[in-house]
Amino acid sequence: MSKQEQHWEKSKGLLLITLAIWFVFSIGIFLFGAEMNEVTGPFGYPLTYWFTCQGSLGLFVVLIFWFANRQEKIDEEFGFSERGDD
Amino acid sequence: MIKGNFIDNLPKVYGIYTGGFLAFIIIMAIGEQMGMSKYAIGVCFVAFTVFIYALIGWLSRTAQADAYYVAGRQVPTVFNGMATAADWMSGASFVAMAGGIYFKGYGYMALLVGWTGGYVLVASLLAPYLRKFGCYTVPDFIGTRYGGNTARLLAVIVLTVASFTYVTAQINATGTIASVALDIPFEYAVYVGLISILLCSMLGGMRGVTWTQVAQYIVLIIAYLLPVFWISNKMGAGFFPHFMLADEVARIGDLEQQFGIIKNSPENLAMLKEATKVQPGEAKWVLSGITKAHSEVNATPWKFISLAICMMAGTASLPHVMMRYFTTPSVKAARKSVGWSLFFIFLLYSSAPMLATLSKLSLMDPSLPTGIIGKSITEVEALEWYKNWNQAKLMLVQDFNGNGLLELNEFFMGGKAVVLATPEIAGLPYVISGLVAAGGMAAAMSTADGLILAIANAISHDVYYKIIDPKAETSKRLVVARVLLVVIGFAGATVSAMGIKQILGSVIWAFDFAMSGLFFPLVLGVWWKRANKEGAIAGMALGLISGTAYLVYLEAYGGAEILGIGQATFGIVGASVSLVAMVVVSLMTSAPNAATQRMVDEVRVPAGKSILGRQH
Repeated sequence: MSKQEQHWEKSKGLLLITLAIWFVFSIGIFLFGAEMNEVTGPFGYPLTYWFTCQGSLGLFVVLIFWFANRQEKIDEEFGFSERGDD
Repeated sequence: MIKGNFIDNLPKVYGIYTGGFLAFIIIMAIGEQMGMSKYAIGVCFVAFTVFIYALIGWLSRTAQADAYYVAGRQVPTVFNGMATAADWMSGASFVAMAGGIYFKGYGYMALLVGWTGGYVLVASLLAPYLRKFGCYTVPDFIGTRYGGNTARLLAVIVLTVASFTYVTAQINATGTIASVALDIPFEYAVYVGLISILLCSMLGGMRGVTWTQVAQYIVLIIAYLLPVFWISNKMGAGFFPHFMLADEVARIGDLEQQFGIIKNSPENLAMLKEATKVQPGEAKWVLSGITKAHSEVNATPWKFISLAICMMAGTASLPHVMMRYFTTPSVKAARKSVGWSLFFIFLLYSSAPMLATLSKLSLMDPSLPTGIIGKSITEVEALEWYKNWNQAKLMLVQDFNGNGLLELNEFFMGGKAVVLATPEIAGLPYVISGLVAAGGMAAAMSTADGLILAIANAISHDVYYKIIDPKAETSKRLVVARVLLVVIGFAGATVSAMGIKQILGSVIWAFDFAMSGLFFPLVLGVWWKRANKEGAIAGMALGLISGTAYLVYLEAYGGAEILGIGQATFGIVGASVSLVAMVVVSLMTSAPNAATQRMVDEVRVPAGKSILGRQH
C-alpha cells in the first residue's frame, strides 16, 4: 500500500470513530429519551433534558477538537501536514 | 496604538471594540438614570451598532477577487469561529429559540441538538477537504469535481432555493427590530434594515462580512448572556444559571402538576380568536399558551430524531456556513475553526433553555413577586409590563372559566416575548431591553449578509464568470458581484415587505432544501471516488425535485404523512432519493477520468497546492 493509501485508511478509521460517537449522542440516546429522563443527570437536571440543553451540545464541541487533533497527528505521521505556520 | 499588520492586531482591535461597547452600555445606563427616554435609548443602541458595522464594512473595501470572495484566506481560526457563529445564529435563533423551548419543550430541543450536531459532519466530512480544494463558492467545488456546466448550474439552483428561503426571514427580522426601535412603519423599516445589511457586504465582499460578523457576534453574545445571568441572580436562582437551575426545573414540574396543563376547548379557542381579531393591514397576533410539560419527554423518538437528522444534514449543506471555512489560512485551521464556531454557538444555545426556565418560573411561581398565575385577572391587567406587551400584541389574558383568577391555560404569549419581555418582567432597567434589540439586529444582519453574499457570489462567480464570460476581468467581475448583491437584497426585502413570508415557509425548510439537493453530492464528491458527473446531476436534480414534490403534496394537497415524515423533515425524502439516484446513475455510467481521480486523491491530503489556484 502506498503512503497515500495508508494515510487515507487511517483517516477513514478516524472518521468512523468520530461518526460513531456523533451518532450515539445525536441519535442513539434519544431512542431511549423517555426512559433516560427518569434518571437524574449532571447538576441535578433530568438526564435527557440535560443532554438536549448542554450534554450533547458540549460533547460535540469536544469531539470536533479531538477529531481535529487526531487528524493532524495522522497527517504528520505520513508527512502530509501543511508546512508553514498559521 | 495599533502598529503593523491588521491580522496580527486582531485581538487588540476587537478587545478595544468590546471595551468600547461595554462603555457604551454603561453610558446608556447612566443616561437612563438621568432621564433619557426609552425611545432615545432604543435608537442609540440600534444606530450606534449599525454605524460601527458600516464603518467596518467601509474599511474592508477591496478590489481583489480573493479578498472579495474568500477574505484573502487569512482569517485566523478563533475569529473565523466567531464570524461563523454570527453567520449561523439568525435573528430567529436569537429572538425565537428560547420561546420555542418555553412552549414546546423537548420536541423543540431536537433543533438544538441538530443545529450543533451538524458541525461534527461539517468538520469531519467536508470543511477541510473543500478548503484544500481552494474553491470560492460551493458550486465551484461541484463544478470542478464533477466537471461540466450542468452540475455547476444545478448546484447554484439548489443553493439559491435554500438560501433565499432563509434570507427573507432574516430581512424580515431586521425590519421588525428597526421598525420597533426607530418607530417607523414596517414597510420602510425593511429597507432600512436592508441598507444596513448591504453597507457591511457591498464594498468588501467576504472580507467586509467577516470583520463585521466578528463585531456582530460580540454584540449578540453580550446581549444574550448579560440578561440571563442578571435575571438568574436577581431571582436568586443561582449565580451561574447553567449549572444551578435544577431546583427551578423541578419546581416548574411541581407547579405544572399543581395548576394542571389543560388543553383549551374549541369554545375557549374560539374566544381567543375573537379577542385577537385584527383589521386588514394590521399586524397579527401570534400567541401560544403552555401546553407541554417543561422538562418531560413529549415527542416520540422518531419525531425527535428525524428532525435532528434533517437539521444536521442541512447544516452540512448550507453554503453560507461552508463558505466561511474557505477563508481560513490552511486545512488544519479550517478543522479547528469548526470547533471554535461550535464553541461560540454553544455559548448561546446552552443559555436559551436557561432563559426559558427562568422566564417560565418567574411568571408561574406564586411565591415570586413576578408570578401572575393564580392572581386576579384585573391585577394582572393593571401591570405596567403587561400593558406594554399586550399593546405590542405579544401577551394576552383571557378569563375562560369566569372565576376572575388567571389560570395557566388562560395566559398567552408570543414566542418572541420570552427574550424580549423577560428582562422587563424581571424588573431589569430598560437599557437591557435596548441591548437585546441591538443583539437581535446583529444576529439577523449577520445571517442575512452571509446568505445574500452566498447567493450573489455563486451567481457572479459560477454563472457569470465560469459559464457566461470566462474572460471577464477582475474589476468587471466584482461589479457584477456587487450589482447582484443589491438585486438579491432588494428581492428579499420586497418579498418580506409584501408579508408573504408564510408562503415561503419556515426557516426550517431551508435546511431541508439544502439537504435534499446538496448533502450527498458534496459528501460523495470527497468520500467516493467513483461518483461521477451524471450521478451528481441526477442526485441534485432528483433530490431537489422529490423533496419539493413531497412538500407540495403535504402542504398544497393536504396529503397524509408517510412514515411520519412531516413538512419540517421533508429533506429525508429528498436526500434519500438523492443518494439512491446518485449511486445508481454513477454506477451505470463510466467512472470519472484519471485526472479527476487524481484530483480527489490530492483533496484528501492537506499538504501541497490547492486544486484551484489562489486567484481564479
